[in-house]
Amino acid sequence: MRRLKLAAVAGALLILLGTVTTARAQEVDFTGQWVPIFHEDGPERLPGPEIADYTGLPINEAARLRGDTYDPDRISAVHEYQCRQHAGDYGMRGLANMRITAELDPVTQRFTQFRTRIGFHDAERTIYLDGRPEPPPNAPHTWGGFSVASWDGSMLNIRTTHLKAYYIRRNGIPASDSRTFTEHWVRHGNILTVVTVIEDPVFLTERLVRSQSWALDPGQTMGSNWCDTAPELVLEPGKVPNYLPGANPYLREFAGWYGLPYEATRGGAETMYPEYRAKMPQTFSTLDRCTRYCQCMNVGGGCGLGVQPAPVARPAPTPTPTPARRPQ
Amino acid sequence: MKHTLLRPTSLGAALAAAGVLLFGASHLRAQAQVSVLPVQGRVSLMTAGDANVTVQVGRSGVVLVDTPPADLAPQVITEIRKLSARPIRHIVQTSASSDRIGGTVALLGPAGARGLALGAGLFGFGATGASRPNVAAQDNVLNRLSATTPAVAPGLLPTMTDFLPTLDLFNDEAIVLYHVPAAHSDGDSIVFFRRSDVISTGNIYTPGRYPVIDTTRGGSVNGLIAALGRVLELAVPEAFEEGGTKIIPGRGRVGEETDVAEFRDMVSIIRDRVQDAVTKNQTLDQIKASKPSRDYDAEYRATPADADRLIESIFKTLPAPPPTAPAARPGSARPTGGRS
Repeated sequence: MRRLKLAAVAGALLILLGTVTTARAQEVDFTGQWVPIFHEDGPERLPGPEIADYTGLPINEAARLRGDTYDPDRISAVHEYQCRQHAGDYGMRGLANMRITAELDPVTQRFTQFRTRIGFHDAERTIYLDGRPEPPPNAPHTWGGFSVASWDGSMLNIRTTHLKAYYIRRNGIPASDSRTFTEHWVRHGNILTVVTVIEDPVFLTERLVRSQSWALDPGQTMGSNWCDTAPELVLEPGKVPNYLPGANPYLREFAGWYGLPYEATRGGAETMYPEYRAKMPQTFSTLDRCTRYCQCMNVGGGCGLGVQPAPVARPAPTPTPTPARRPQ
Repeated sequence: MKHTLLRPTSLGAALAAAGVLLFGASHLRAQAQVSVLPVQGRVSLMTAGDANVTVQVGRSGVVLVDTPPADLAPQVITEIRKLSARPIRHIVQTSASSDRIGGTVALLGPAGARGLALGAGLFGFGATGASRPNVAAQDNVLNRLSATTPAVAPGLLPTMTDFLPTLDLFNDEAIVLYHVPAAHSDGDSIVFFRRSDVISTGNIYTPGRYPVIDTTRGGSVNGLIAALGRVLELAVPEAFEEGGTKIIPGRGRVGEETDVAEFRDMVSIIRDRVQDAVTKNQTLDQIKASKPSRDYDAEYRATPADADRLIESIFKTLPAPPPTAPAARPGSARPTGGRS
C-alpha cells in the first residue's frame, strides 16, 4: 500500500514537472515590428468616434453624463492635455504602429521584460515577468501604468495598474485612475491578437472586453513623434470647455447619421447584447447607402468624410427573435 | 478519554508567543500607518494615517511641509531619523487647518522648545544644540490661530510669517512658499522645491476626494481654481505630460501636471454648473437637489454629505451674478449652445 502511494506521488510529480517543462517550452517571442489591422471597430479607431456614440460600452450614468457634457476643445485647447500620450489600455487599440522588444535573463535565457513602443507620442511601456511587486498606492500613476505578466501556455497574460485618468472613448467617456486592465497576447504566425479587459469601478458596470490584431511588418521603421504645446484658443483663466448638463446640441447627430434609435446609442450594458434588439425602441430607419467614413477601412480608402448624397430613410424592418444572452 | 492540562511551562510559552504576536501586530500596525515614498531629488512623501507630510533633507537639516496626526508623530520622527540625523530646521504650515498642523506640538513640544524634534537626545537631536525649528506660514495662519478661543498651545503658532506673495527658504536648494489667496482658506501656501522639482500643495489638491473649501476661514471656489492654476503654471512635465514636476497633495497619491489638471477641471466644471443655477435664481436647496456633481461623486469617493458640502461651499463663495444685461441685438452674440 505504501509503495503504491509513493508511486502515485512520484507519478504526480512527473506529470507536474512535465507540465511545467511544456509551459516553459511554449513561451512565445512577441518581439518585432507590428502594424495594426483595423478590421475591428475601424471608424472608432481611425477617424475617431462620433460625438455621443456610446454603443458597445457598459457605462453607468456618471460616465454618460461626462460624455454628454464633454466639449472636444477640452483636449485640444487646454494645453495640459495637448501632448498626452495614450493610456496603456487605449494605446493598445492600435492607433499607431508598435515595436516590441524584450529583455532576457542572461543565465536562463527566459524573458524578463517585454517593452512596447507605440508610434503616437512615443508611448512606451515595460511589462515585467520577474514577479516584482506593485508600487505603493501613493506612487505616481503613469500613462502606461505598471504591468506584470505571466504565461498561460503560449498566451501572455498581463495585468496593469497605476494608470492615469484618461478616456475609454475619445468622445468624453472617461476612464478613471482606479481602473485596471488585463491583456491576453496571442500570436498566430505573423498575426498578434491582443484582447483587453478593462475594469473600472467608477465608470463601468461590467468588464469592457475588446480585441485588436496586429500584423508583423519587419520592414517598418518608427520615427520619433515629439510634441510641444501651443495655444489654440484664448481661454479665460480657470475656465474649462464643457457643456452644461442638457445643453449639448450634438447628442442626437450620431443616431441620425447612422439610422439608429437614439436610446441605443446611449450605451450601458443592457444595450450591448443581442436581445436588446427586441427591446429597443423601434424608431430607427435603415439607410440605403453609407454616408460616413465609407472607404476608410478599405485598402487605399481615405478616411475623409467627403461629400455624400443625403441618405434615403427606409422603414424599420420587423425585429427578429434573437438568441438568448450568452453567459458572461 | 485522556485529558491534557497545560503545564506552567507550556502556558508561559503560549503567553510569550501571544505576546510576541501582539507586539508584532501592533508594530506592524504602526508601520502600516506611516509609510515613506521617495518622490524626487531630496524630497520624500511620508503618509501618516491618511495625511501627507512632505520631507526634504539637506545639509542644513530637515524641512517638513505640514505635520502628521499627533499620535503618529513618534513614528514619523523615527522615519525621519532614517533619512537624516540632522535637526528639523523648518516646518511649513500650508494652512491653519487642524489636519495640517495637528502634529506641530507633538513634534516641537507644548512650549515649542523641547519636543520630539529636539527631544533630549531621545531621537538624536538633543546633543546638537540646534535652535528651535522655524514654523513658517502665511500671515493669516498666525492671525487665525492667535484668535482661536481657547488659545492654542504656543508651540502651534508660526514663528516665521510673511504677508508677501512669496517666502524664500533654502536647504541645499531653493524652497519657495507661494501664497495662494482665498483658496482652501485665506492662509494657504504651496511649497516649491526648485531643484528637486517637487511641489507640495497642502489642502488645495486632494486627488480622490473633493476639496474642502473652508468658507469660515476665507476659502473660495474661484480662489481654489486660481491656486490650482498656479500649481499648473509652476509644474513642467518632462515629455508627453508625464514625469517632470512631482506634486504632493495634502492627501492621496503623488501626481503630475495632468493629474492636477483633471482635479482643476472637476472643480471648474462643477463651479460652472452651480453658477448657471445661481444665474437662474435657484436656491441652495434646489441646486443640491439637482446634484450638479453627480458624475464626479464616485470618482472622488464622495458621500451625499460630501457632495452637498462642496456644492454649498461653491454656492456661498461665488460672486453675485451681474445685473441682468439688456437684450443683445439679434446676431450680435456668439451662440454657445450652453457651453460654459
